Amino acid sequence: MASSVLTDSRWIARGAERTSLSRFLLWLAPWAALLAVGVYAAGLCLYHGLNQTNMDNRFAFGLWIFLDLGIIALGAGAFFTGFLVYILKRAELKPILNTAVVVGFICYSGAVAILMIDVGQPLRAWFTFWHPNTHSMLTEVTFCISCYLLVLSLEYIPILLRNRQLRKLPSFLVFEHQLHKLVPVLAGVGTLLSFFHQGSLGGLYGVLRGRPFAFRNGIFIWPSTFFLFILSAIATGPSFLMLIVATVEKVTGRKLVPQELYRRLGFISGLLLAIYVAAKSVDTLIWLNITSPSEGFAPWQFYIHKPFGTPILFAEIVVFGLLPAFLLSYRRMAAHRGWLLCGAAMACMGVLLNRFVLTVQTLAVPTLPFDEFLSYIPSWQEVASFAGVIAYGVILYSLSYRYLTLFPKGDETHVSGN
Amino acid sequence: MNARYGMVIDLDRCTGCGSCMIACAAENNVPALPQATARTGITPVLVRKVSNGAEGSVRREAFIPIMCMHCEHDTPCVKVCPQQAVEVDKATGIVMQMPQRCLGCRYCMTACPYHARYFNWWDPAWPTGMEKSLNPGVAVRMRGVVEKCNLCHARLHAAKEKAAALGKHEIDAAEYVPACVEACPTNAIHFGNLADPNDPVSIESRSPEAFRLLAKLGTEPKLYYRSKESWVRALAEPISAHSSEVQHG
Repeated sequence: MASSVLTDSRWIARGAERTSLSRFLLWLAPWAALLAVGVYAAGLCLYHGLNQTNMDNRFAFGLWIFLDLGIIALGAGAFFTGFLVYILKRAELKPILNTAVVVGFICYSGAVAILMIDVGQPLRAWFTFWHPNTHSMLTEVTFCISCYLLVLSLEYIPILLRNRQLRKLPSFLVFEHQLHKLVPVLAGVGTLLSFFHQGSLGGLYGVLRGRPFAFRNGIFIWPSTFFLFILSAIATGPSFLMLIVATVEKVTGRKLVPQELYRRLGFISGLLLAIYVAAKSVDTLIWLNITSPSEGFAPWQFYIHKPFGTPILFAEIVVFGLLPAFLLSYRRMAAHRGWLLCGAAMACMGVLLNRFVLTVQTLAVPTLPFDEFLSYIPSWQEVASFAGVIAYGVILYSLSYRYLTLFPKGDETHVSGN
Repeated sequence: MNARYGMVIDLDRCTGCGSCMIACAAENNVPALPQATARTGITPVLVRKVSNGAEGSVRREAFIPIMCMHCEHDTPCVKVCPQQAVEVDKATGIVMQMPQRCLGCRYCMTACPYHARYFNWWDPAWPTGMEKSLNPGVAVRMRGVVEKCNLCHARLHAAKEKAAALGKHEIDAAEYVPACVEACPTNAIHFGNLADPNDPVSIESRSPEAFRLLAKLGTEPKLYYRSKESWVRALAEPISAHSSEVQHG
């Protein structure tokens, strides 16, 4: 009886080797503590209001929006992998499909949770569905993210229901089977929804005529940032997946997917990143020479404020754009796992830098002729709330890895003594 | 005929006394929060001090009251609000904020180039006894919503009610004057109907001395400034060597 309490082997997939329950709980403990701190900080913000943050009337958006945009971009691997596997029939990517779904679910559910803290009246969130302003990019973002989170949940449920114990329940088994048949359809719907909300997140800033640093002309109703966000998200999503799988391999000491799959993901990521860098460069030139001057702003004035000088533009396009595109797609470099993962990490940093520039730099630079450059340092509550989301992600992924089948069993080969 | 209410502020007359800020706060039940800072307080009218950037005897300074410009075209805040909590009233041209529908997402604040929108970071509160002086015609806004200048809309309502009681369809122009206009001791703020070409404010807005901030953005603000000083009029251009500091009245 005592042994049945201390072991969870009945819940672990047959044939899968997992560390002991006590070691697993030890691994979870610090993350659970971090999650508790995050929940406490979020509770303070919800109870006392957003005066717990260091945002203000000028910096109305802060750390949360930047990181939300960042993790949603990184979570793009979920829809893009589904698109590649089910729509473009790239079956060789199937081994990472479940991980892509779990990572996507974590990214999106985490982002939605933070957004609920970030609004002043969370209980009015439904107003957007009831009184939608169809001209607002935020309406499009709200609709698409909500719907896509539902799609991700529907994709996650079959993975969950394949658990060794849960599948003993006949109704669950039938439900899982029926849902599984829907997965290709869900992949298509998810692709459509993601396409729009990734773009709308870019459009969120691109439409701001009153913020000439972010404002962009575009095609029809969509500013150029709409398309750049889609491109950058699908370019870095596969890189982020690579980093996640590599980290899991390192932590568990197992080889989970073949090296060829890394190279394949790297090539896709690198190629798309190269296209993104080219598009971003053209967009920047148009903004520098046409868009900004037409609004009465000399673009150089946005780069005179340290640390937001031109080096940040160079870093965004060359250091974290062109360079990782080369590392990921050039066959000789990609053959080395180290360079490949380095390229993937740089690509992810690049997309985060892009989101940082668009969210934070846009608000920091002056618009009125007598404005001054402003700075903003997030409060511990803002940092802790987001750290809580990261902890939630680690915990949910760890539980999923332990109790669900995220990788094909044949690929799980023992590497070290862990 | 629909009105287009707007203002012309004569910056050569503005002494930066801050009476407009106080009158606005009193009229609109703006809470008195000791914990608020220059960046978290609610100041629907904010008087800022600007200079020509020079030092010594050639230095010149002016005061410029900043408030919602009630943009007419492609209004930045209206376009972005996800739940239609902001709208341009077609009958008056006033950009209206509906706090009871506001989600508090602050996207409108990000969109406003004039930084004329304010978030209620705290629950509204007043020193003991001061709540008795609140204006019963204006609803207090709750924590977590955005607010801004609405050209003392409660006064417009009162003027309409008075006109209706007298059986009139149009309000008497003298009955609707925003609090800041009324309070200005130097008569620097002029309020009127820009849609009426014969309205003194409309005529003044067409003066060569009149200008609007960030006019090149194309949002057609209905708040004009005027000055005889060319360096002040240069404020219309976004690129400037002016320096500024916030004047707290």
